[in-house]
Amino acid sequence: MDLAFFGVQLLNGLQYGLLLFLIASGLTLIFGIMGIINLAHGAMYMIGAYLVYDLTFRLGNFWLAILVAIPVAVALGLLIERLFLDTLYKRDHLYQVLLTFGLILVLNEMQRIIWGGDVHSVPVPELFSGRIRLTDNLQYSHYRLFVMGVCLALAGVIYWVIRHTRLGIIIRAGAVNRDMVEGLGINVRTLFTLIFSVGVALTAFAGMIAAPLTSIAPGMGDSILITCFVVVVIGGIGSIKGAFWGAILIGMAETFGAVLIPSLASMVIYLIMAAVLLVKPRGLFA
Amino acid sequence: MLHTYPKRVVVIMLVLTAVVAVFPLWGPAVFGAQSDFLMEKLTLMLILALFAMSLDLLVGIVGLVSLGHALFFGLGAYTLALASPDFSPAAIWWMVPLVMLVSALAALVVGFLVIRTRGIFFIMTTLAFGQMLYYFVNTSRHTGGTDGVFIMFRPSVELGGAVLLDLDNPLTFFYLCLALVVVGYLFLRWLTRSFYGQVLDGIHDNEHRMEALGYATSHYKLVAFVISGVMASIAGMLAAMQYGFANPAQLGWHASGEVLMMLILGGMGTIFGPILGAFAYEILQHTFEHLTPHWPILMGLTIILAVLILPRGIAGLIIDPPSRARLAKSPLLRWLKPGQAAPTSEAVKPAASAPSREG
Repeated sequence: MDLAFFGVQLLNGLQYGLLLFLIASGLTLIFGIMGIINLAHGAMYMIGAYLVYDLTFRLGNFWLAILVAIPVAVALGLLIERLFLDTLYKRDHLYQVLLTFGLILVLNEMQRIIWGGDVHSVPVPELFSGRIRLTDNLQYSHYRLFVMGVCLALAGVIYWVIRHTRLGIIIRAGAVNRDMVEGLGINVRTLFTLIFSVGVALTAFAGMIAAPLTSIAPGMGDSILITCFVVVVIGGIGSIKGAFWGAILIGMAETFGAVLIPSLASMVIYLIMAAVLLVKPRGLFA
Repeated sequence: MLHTYPKRVVVIMLVLTAVVAVFPLWGPAVFGAQSDFLMEKLTLMLILALFAMSLDLLVGIVGLVSLGHALFFGLGAYTLALASPDFSPAAIWWMVPLVMLVSALAALVVGFLVIRTRGIFFIMTTLAFGQMLYYFVNTSRHTGGTDGVFIMFRPSVELGGAVLLDLDNPLTFFYLCLALVVVGYLFLRWLTRSFYGQVLDGIHDNEHRMEALGYATSHYKLVAFVISGVMASIAGMLAAMQYGFANPAQLGWHASGEVLMMLILGGMGTIFGPILGAFAYEILQHTFEHLTPHWPILMGLTIILAVLILPRGIAGLIIDPPSRARLAKSPLLRWLKPGQAAPTSEAVKPAASAPSREG
């Protein structure tokens, strides 16, 4: 493996890891603050991708499609939170698992009814359709660099909000002791709604910007959900920092695993998780 | 939890067992040509009942919510498929111990790792280990990839050259599965009422207290994890015999989610509930499949409704049937009319089998 090829894989791993971070950060926030295990998180990623696929062809513009799709995804998230999750906060995780599992079945099937079972793709937007030449026969797409930039910027925003704003203080406190936060007069109900919407928006947005890079297919949310679980377990529940480094680690591991040891590639991330659990059962950053 | 139930539970279970057991007698008269197909379905339901029961030991009794239990089900199926010779039936006398040994070892290793975690972490790590095996069999050359492995011959049950049971005969296989469900149920009933079972109950209610009393709780939990895994692998082995193949879908996380659903539908922590749940789940799915090609939507909505209005499952309905006073306080009404006065904490069921527990 020469250096340029190694570099491309490094960039790919980084880009995949950053995308995973967007999804995992929503997941870990919802776990950490609301105490809800949301299996339907992956389905929201899928819906994000399908919405952009649909709207890009309807509106003729990828950016416009994203702009329209975000509120739609958030509205769906709000509906789910108000209708179903509201009853589950005080209940055992088992019921959250089952209810969100039921939601997956419903959302996956709705996707099939609306968009069918075919595999679709979205063209890379014109603005970023160019490629950077690395060597004579290796090049790197502008759009991937753009995705990295957007993810990094969002990671920065999330970090800033959590570290330096009043809302961030409440979120951090809520992850440690929810009852205490409520006791101090914070409206936890509103906080939950906000967190859930942000989490859904992040994962749906990840699906949207990933749409031109991946094939849009039924069940695409399921596999990414499990990967994000691994990220969250490795990073530590409720820890945004953990989600970030966990996502980068898993992104790299999957990318390099696929190149270096293809026969074991699909298991690499689970082996890493097992190793982390052996040393630190509560995750690296808990 | 005392694990003692009203007499009507015993009566209902005995009657249902009898109805299922004599199906070969009344089935053809009622269903005609469809009867053979239905008996295959019944056999499958029995196998799933065994699977659901095994999970109940973990989820209902110990309070460990596993979202990767299909790992052991699939392991049983794949062990049978891979260890069977290509051109002759395997002898059951070494196949069953082999399946049990493989699954016990797997459960020990996985259990050792996952028991270190709690709550949400336990759910996620069991899920991840299940997916690990799923991706392994899905991509490995030795396990037939996405196609799975076919089993050409069901194992033979012979002693000194004499055939004791012919498993290729659907009727024999049906009764074998029925017998195993009964044996499995009696075993778990005995286990949950034993001293060991009482410790498990204690762990479910308050693990810290049990630790303070001097119990090595993680050892108890690990043993339960292994027992549960071995039982699930037996169910998986039976399923592989029934289908004639082992397939990655048998150990994917959707399978784990479905068996959890059977548990909740039937009523967890009761051992007999999950048996009813497995039957109810399969009957529902069968019905929905006939109604619409988009049956997963109906299945999903049923799951959601069951979680919202029937958290203690069918077993809960049998153990204490709904009275008008309790119906008035049911979560469904609260859900439909959120404006009404919220019931006080008295409305919450006593600890007997209340679903809300420390996560």
